[in-house]
Amino acid sequence: MNEMPILQVQEVTKTFGGILALNRVSFDVREGEILGIIGPNGSGKTTIVNCITGFVKMSSGKIFFRGKEITGKPAHKIADLGVTRTFQIMRPYYSLPAYKNLVIPLFSPRAKRTGGWRGGGKLGDRNTVGIDILEEIGFERDSFVPYKMASALPTGYLKRLELARCLALRPEIVLCDEVFSGLSMSEIASMVPLIERLQMDGITLIMIEHRLRELFRVADRVLVLNFGEKLFEGTPEEVMANEKVKKAYFGSEEVEEVMTYA
Amino acid sequence: MTFIDRRKERLDRGIKVRADGIYALMSWRELSYLTLPRMVLIAGMLLLPLLMPNLYWQRVISIVCIYALLALSFDFLAHFVGLVSLGGALYIGTGAYLAAILNKKLGLSLLFTIPAASITGALICTLLLLPCLPLRGVYFAIVSLMYPLAIARVIEALNIFGGTDGIMGIESFPNNWVEQYFGIIMVLLFLFGLRRLVNLDIGLVFRGVKDNDQAVRASGMSVAYYKAVAVFIAATMGCLAGACLSHTYMFAGISLFALDFSILPIAATVIGGSGTLAGPVLGCLILVPISELLRSFGTLRIAIYAVVLMAFIVFKSEGLMVYGQRKYHQFERWVKI
Repeated sequence: MNEMPILQVQEVTKTFGGILALNRVSFDVREGEILGIIGPNGSGKTTIVNCITGFVKMSSGKIFFRGKEITGKPAHKIADLGVTRTFQIMRPYYSLPAYKNLVIPLFSPRAKRTGGWRGGGKLGDRNTVGIDILEEIGFERDSFVPYKMASALPTGYLKRLELARCLALRPEIVLCDEVFSGLSMSEIASMVPLIERLQMDGITLIMIEHRLRELFRVADRVLVLNFGEKLFEGTPEEVMANEKVKKAYFGSEEVEEVMTYA
Repeated sequence: MTFIDRRKERLDRGIKVRADGIYALMSWRELSYLTLPRMVLIAGMLLLPLLMPNLYWQRVISIVCIYALLALSFDFLAHFVGLVSLGGALYIGTGAYLAAILNKKLGLSLLFTIPAASITGALICTLLLLPCLPLRGVYFAIVSLMYPLAIARVIEALNIFGGTDGIMGIESFPNNWVEQYFGIIMVLLFLFGLRRLVNLDIGLVFRGVKDNDQAVRASGMSVAYYKAVAVFIAATMGCLAGACLSHTYMFAGISLFALDFSILPIAATVIGGSGTLAGPVLGCLILVPISELLRSFGTLRIAIYAVVLMAFIVFKSEGLMVYGQRKYHQFERWVKI
C-alpha cells in the first residue's frame, strides 16, 4: 500500500515534569482503517490522543494529517480539520437536553462548511438534524430519549452522545477514548455494529480500549503501548500471539499459563 | 428523634404543559398565562416614573436602571457563559469617561456619545479582559476586580482626564422623563434581548462554554472567541450604563470606578435569582431604593446591606424570581413516604 497515510505520528515525546509519559512513539494510520491502541494503565494511551488532538502540548515530535503538519495547532483548529475525539470521562453539556448537545457542534465552522453528519446541517434546523444524528447512533426517537437532559442519561447513552458530538462535525478521524468501558455486555454488543458502520461510511477510527475481546473483533491493526513506548504493532492475531505483549500485560512468565486457560 | 415521613412533591400545572406547545395560541387563558408575567413587568417598569412622588425618587429610578443593566450583564456572564465578572466598575468607569470626553472635548451631543461610548467602551473593556479569558471562576473575578482599582489610581497618579477632580459640566438629559424612560427602555430591551439570545444557537454555545469548555474545543470552536463575544455583549451593557450615569450626574470622576458598581449587581442577582435575567432587574428594584432609604444611616447602610444579603443566601438562596416562577408553574403538595 503506497497511499499516503491519513495520520502520521512521528517520534512523539511527552513529559509531565520528570515523568516520561510518551517516549518517541511513531505510527501511521491508514485511511479508513480501525486502529486499536491498547496497553496497561498509565502506558500513555490517553496522552497520545491528547497530543494528536492538541489538548496537550507535546514535548517533541511531529504529527501530520493528510501530509500537512498539525503539530502545536490549538485543539479547536485540529477538530476543525476533522480530527475529532471522544473523552474517556464523558463531557456532555449536562444542563442541556441531549439533542441540544448536538446543536453546539452543528454550530461550529466545520459543521457549517460540511453540513455535519450526512450533510443535513446545511439545510435543516439544527435541532432536527441533532435528533437525526442521535437516532442514527441509537437514541430511539419514539422513547423521548433525545429530549432528556444529558444529566439524566445513563452511561451507555452518554458514550454514544460523545460519538454523536464527533459525527456532528462530519469527521475524517474519530479518536475514541474507551467508548466500551463502563458498558454492559449487551450495550457493547449494540455498539460494535455502530463502530463497523462508521468505518463503512469512510471514517478512520482510532480506538483506545481495555475491552480487548471486543476491540480485536473490530480493529484492523493494533498498537501496543507500555510505559510510554511502542511495544508492538500488528494485526489482532499477531498481537495475541506476541510474547512481549503477554509479558507487559501479565508480568511474569508463570502467569502465562493462566492466560491460556482463561 | 424525628423521622422525615413526608416530602414535597412538585408537579407542573397543566396549563404550563399545554402552554409550552403551540396550543397556547388556541385560548386566551393560556395565552395570558404566558404573556401576563411579561406584561406585568413591562407595564410596571413603564409606570414606575409616573408613580414616583418627587424629583428625588425619579432620580432613584434612573439609578435603578443603571444598576439593572449591570446586574443583567453580571447574570448573563456568570450564569450563561461561566465568567464570574466583578468588572461592573470597569464598565461604568470606561463608559462614563468616554461619554464625558466625547461630550466635553469633541462637543458631541448625547445622541452620539451614548452609543459611541457603549461600543468603544465595550471594545476597550474586551481588549483589557482578553488576556484573562482563559481564567475561570474566582480567578477571572479577581482580575476583573483589579482593573477598575488600577485604572482609578492611574488616572489619579498621571493626573489625566481631570485627575481627582474628574470631568464636570457634561450635558445632561433634556429632562427627567427622557432620562428615566431611556434607562427603562434600555433595561427592557436588553432583558428580553438576552433572554432570546441565550436560547439561540449561539446562546447554546455560550452555555456550552460554561458547562464544558473542553467539549466546545473538541467541537472545533474557539472558547476564547466566544468568551470574548460574550464579554463584549456584557461590556456594552455596562458601558451604556456608565454613559447614562455620567450624563445623569453631569460628571465623570474616579469615584465611578468604585467597588459599589461591582458588588451591588451581584447582591441584586443573588436576591433576584441568578440565571433568570429578570431576577437581577427585580433585585435592583428592591436593593437600590433600600439603599437610598438607608442613606440616613451613613456608612452603616453597608452593614445593613450585608445582613440582608446574608439572610437571603442562608434562607432563600434560590432568589425571589426562581421562587416565584416555581409557584407560578407548579403545584406543591406534601406526600407521605
